[in-house]
Amino acid sequence: MSAINIKEGTPLQAKIPSGDLAKKWTTYKDKIRLVSPANKRNLDIIVVGTGLAGASAAASLAELGYNVKAFAFQDSPRRAHSIAAQGGINASKNYQNDGDSDWRLFYDTIKGGDYRGREANTYRLAEVSGAIIDQAVMQGVPFARDYGGLLDNRSFGGVLVSRTFYAKGQTGQQLLLGAYSALNRQIARGKVTMYNRHEMLDLVVIDGHARGIITRNLVTGKIERHSAHAVVLGTGGYSNVYFLSTNAMGSNATAAWRAHRKGAYFANPAFVQIHPTCIPRSSEHQSKLTLMSESLRNDGRIWVPKKLEDAKAIREGKLKPTQIPEEDRDYYLERRYPAFGNLVPRDVASRAAKERCDAGFGVNKTGEAVYLDFATAIERYGKEQAHLQGIHNPSKVKITELGRKVIEQKYGNLFQMYEKIVDENPYETPMMIYPANHYSMGGLWVDYDLQSNLPGLFVIGEANFSDHGANRLGASALMQGLADGYFVLPYTIGDYLADYIKVGKIPTDTPEFEEAEAKVKQEIDFFLNNNGKHSVDYFHKKLGKIMWDKAGMSRNAEGLQQAIKEIQELRNEFWKDVKVPGKADEFNQELEKAGYVADYLELGELLALDALNRNESCGGHFREEYQTPDGEALRDDKNYAYVAAWEYPAEPYERYTKHVNMVDAILHKEPLKFEFVTPTTRSYK
Amino acid sequence: MKLNLKIWRQNGPNDKGRMVDYQIDGVEPDMSFLEMLDLLNEKLIAKGEEPVAFDHDCREGICGMCSLYINGEAHGPDRLITTCQLHMRKFKDGETITIEPWRAKAFPVIKDLVVDRSALDRIQQAGGYISVNTSGRTVDANNIPIPKKDADAAFDAATCIGCGACVATCKNASAMLFVSAKVAQFAHLPQGRVEAAKRVQDMIAVMDAEGFGSCTNTGACEVECPKGISLSNIAILNKEFILAQAK
Amino acid sequence: MTILKTSVAKKIAMALSGLFLVMFIFIHLAINLTLIYPGKEAFDAAVEFMATNPFIQLMQPVLFLGFIFHIAMGIYLEWTNRSKRPVNYVNNNSGVASSWASRNMIWTGLFVLLFLAVHFANYFIPFKTQQIHDHYALVTGLFKNPIYTLLYVLAFVALGIHLSHGFQSAFQSLGAPREKCNKALVLCGNIIAFVVAFGFSAIAIYFYFN
Repeated sequence: MSAINIKEGTPLQAKIPSGDLAKKWTTYKDKIRLVSPANKRNLDIIVVGTGLAGASAAASLAELGYNVKAFAFQDSPRRAHSIAAQGGINASKNYQNDGDSDWRLFYDTIKGGDYRGREANTYRLAEVSGAIIDQAVMQGVPFARDYGGLLDNRSFGGVLVSRTFYAKGQTGQQLLLGAYSALNRQIARGKVTMYNRHEMLDLVVIDGHARGIITRNLVTGKIERHSAHAVVLGTGGYSNVYFLSTNAMGSNATAAWRAHRKGAYFANPAFVQIHPTCIPRSSEHQSKLTLMSESLRNDGRIWVPKKLEDAKAIREGKLKPTQIPEEDRDYYLERRYPAFGNLVPRDVASRAAKERCDAGFGVNKTGEAVYLDFATAIERYGKEQAHLQGIHNPSKVKITELGRKVIEQKYGNLFQMYEKIVDENPYETPMMIYPANHYSMGGLWVDYDLQSNLPGLFVIGEANFSDHGANRLGASALMQGLADGYFVLPYTIGDYLADYIKVGKIPTDTPEFEEAEAKVKQEIDFFLNNNGKHSVDYFHKKLGKIMWDKAGMSRNAEGLQQAIKEIQELRNEFWKDVKVPGKADEFNQELEKAGYVADYLELGELLALDALNRNESCGGHFREEYQTPDGEALRDDKNYAYVAAWEYPAEPYERYTKHVNMVDAILHKEPLKFEFVTPTTRSYK
Repeated sequence: MKLNLKIWRQNGPNDKGRMVDYQIDGVEPDMSFLEMLDLLNEKLIAKGEEPVAFDHDCREGICGMCSLYINGEAHGPDRLITTCQLHMRKFKDGETITIEPWRAKAFPVIKDLVVDRSALDRIQQAGGYISVNTSGRTVDANNIPIPKKDADAAFDAATCIGCGACVATCKNASAMLFVSAKVAQFAHLPQGRVEAAKRVQDMIAVMDAEGFGSCTNTGACEVECPKGISLSNIAILNKEFILAQAK
Repeated sequence: MTILKTSVAKKIAMALSGLFLVMFIFIHLAINLTLIYPGKEAFDAAVEFMATNPFIQLMQPVLFLGFIFHIAMGIYLEWTNRSKRPVNYVNNNSGVASSWASRNMIWTGLFVLLFLAVHFANYFIPFKTQQIHDHYALVTGLFKNPIYTLLYVLAFVALGIHLSHGFQSAFQSLGAPREKCNKALVLCGNIIAFVVAFGFSAIAIYFYFN
């Protein structure tokens, strides 16, 4: 196979303000330009996506006085996949007095990201984290509290403090409903116009600035033009490029990818997060995977049998996990990482599970599962409760009963969810879990202002390449989404908009809008008239398999090269042979999916290319060629301490007329400077 | 497993709609109900027929997007779950399953099994919020201690996913459980008290205007609610309403 | 009527009027029980009291209005609620999620209304318009008619079913804290339902056979 030559473009500047790390944001905020209230009324902003980032941004921008148009592909902003985030949200409140601070949250995050994040962004994230909690509580978000009426915290992976605020296993739901309520208030005031069941299908760029979008009304099929002075994308991640992931079925990369085609750079696509605790896959027909919150690792212990023959017997159904004595169990995380134990970061826990399963110790039929066991925790809590209730010499049954109640209080909904899917009672037998795609650290490139290289295009939340480096710590996604939407973007966008207070409404009858609309219609017509042999899902599943096998939890150069080739072939087959039933001017779910998969087929290749380019292992990106003798990730700070931002290798609409291969993408590097922390080898031992 | 499906097909809002029979083979007990429909749709597409449209998204019971009236029950025969969490092991081989959309004047059918639930959003817009701007300079979160009992009760009410099963199952197509969940969440919290009277009146006014029926306390909503939202919330709403009148 | 504008206000009004009517039913039952014990004289005295006491006279139109309101509003609500589901389910397994009584308040109510009409024609109108000397004989005489007695018994069974849901439902509508008192209210409602259904029916059956 011929080696791939990567074309390099000009390096990128992130516009990071100078000065002391802790003061950068405050000083910067004080100096950027403001738009007067009278002028804000004359400025329009489009916000695409209404999850945590989008809803909080739309609400905050409307509160400031801008005219906001918000777009969601679901029937309501409340459906966005932020709602499924379970475990919690980090904030450096130090309510537990365990030594937490903005610095520690910053440090944990940048270290957890394996030193592939930006110092200034990450510190700002830590700095505003406390305000998020204050804001959410004022909105009526019912966080868990202790008996004194104060907020409760728990621990998440990769940290040594308790800084995670939570609402049972439904923290994302509660925070999203908080942002949704703030959004509703602005919709009621008429400051936000909400477009539900609308999908963004193109970005309109005028004179190099993002000035509008083309949408499809998913109910009527009508193609619409919307203009604004700035466009904000809060459209989430691209984990569904793997077909099976914990993302919602509708989560897609289309808005981000269409912006990429129009010139916005796509950064670090190879940085995807494989979450260690998901319910293992069971059949070929499986449509998605379900996450079991990382918070479970506070109390659950992960293990596989020590003996190969025990593992085999379990797989064949001849042995039950509860029959394996303590000394024959391998609590491999506790063994390998005594300091952090079961609470190592996600990438580390995922690889460790894969390592054990690859070695033949997997515990379900497919051999791809490990145990997450609550027996110890149930006993510990049971004894604690017995003591609290003054029960002396409690029986084993009583202890189990009391302990179960505590576990139920903490994780009830997760246990119920597990039982419904797997048909086993996790209070009585250990859960089976396996890693699955969950989150994408990569995304559209943005500077310190959260503005992409295309002026006027801002990207927030999971959709940007974000503050998480090569691996996101648990309970940080909610924090970042809300930080961007509530506390960062509303300031930084003003600095851009200050130049456009006099331009008036952006007209939609310009050639740029016309071309974009025509191209969108052209693609729709193509799909509906293609009369191919295979459904959209057929291609999506095939792509997913290539991605998971060759660009998944661990990668190597040969596999990645094969993946690129296979994706190119699959993409050609897709354009030739995809079959999309129905009509353009009606509710047509297959047509929606066709667009998503067309974009995944390009994104997947870019992801593989990025992984191939990065000749090191860091965070979620593990290249088999680059590891320490004991199997840990081996980073190369000398050559790869940069953000890889990729430029689309063709004119925006060329893919309709000729083959466009992502291997021709142009690499723009943003060097990462570490002024305040020194990158070291991550150790959780 | 082999199944006989009777599915409501309706081309669009103006089509009359009808039940159509389908036979499906190769269903596995471990499939979710929606995966069974995926399988049916794959087969329909292969045959050149139009797939069945149905709403779904997270497929883990939290987004509230999936619906379906299965064998005469909202979210099917199992309890405390959404349709996406319903598994085929709940059905017998050879069984006939009827699948219909949510039925309510306030939920017009868009296509097949997809209905328009935006009326629920409009109720929320009428007052389902606490009027606080984003400033980052509100009081410190721990300055508002809330008894654990109240915080837990507020949380329980707030777990409503807005799927509309309560409306679908109610003989009056009433949205009281949905509305009361939001009213009760804020009724339990000190932050929500200031606007309590206006909130309950405004939300009820929009609920009525959107064409939902009135509550006659049959309690079916509580039974069919995938999140177990309690009827207590309706009692709390009623109390809040009476208190609001007294003001 | 602006106070009754919202659906919630209407159901609160239904609750209040319903509870008011429950009070009346119990007074009526107490009077009827005197037919059996102590007997004729007590019953006649009670009737005399009801016919002449100024307070009772004052309350009579209120009670009448209470009936009219509860019935009219009940029918109106049922009528409008039905319009909220223009297309019905082909398969609706509603029995698994709610009680028969709660779903059929309109039918048990209408059946009681039907009886009320018969009761009016047979008793209340003669009572008001004619000079009746022997109330005891009039009442017990009616129970000799098997069809009347059957209708009477069925009507009170229907009323019992109506109350088994209506009583606790009324308190729910009035915002009674459910987790604290729902069990007691359901129990109370069922006892009331049984006492009313059994009490009235037993008297009728007793006189049918004696």
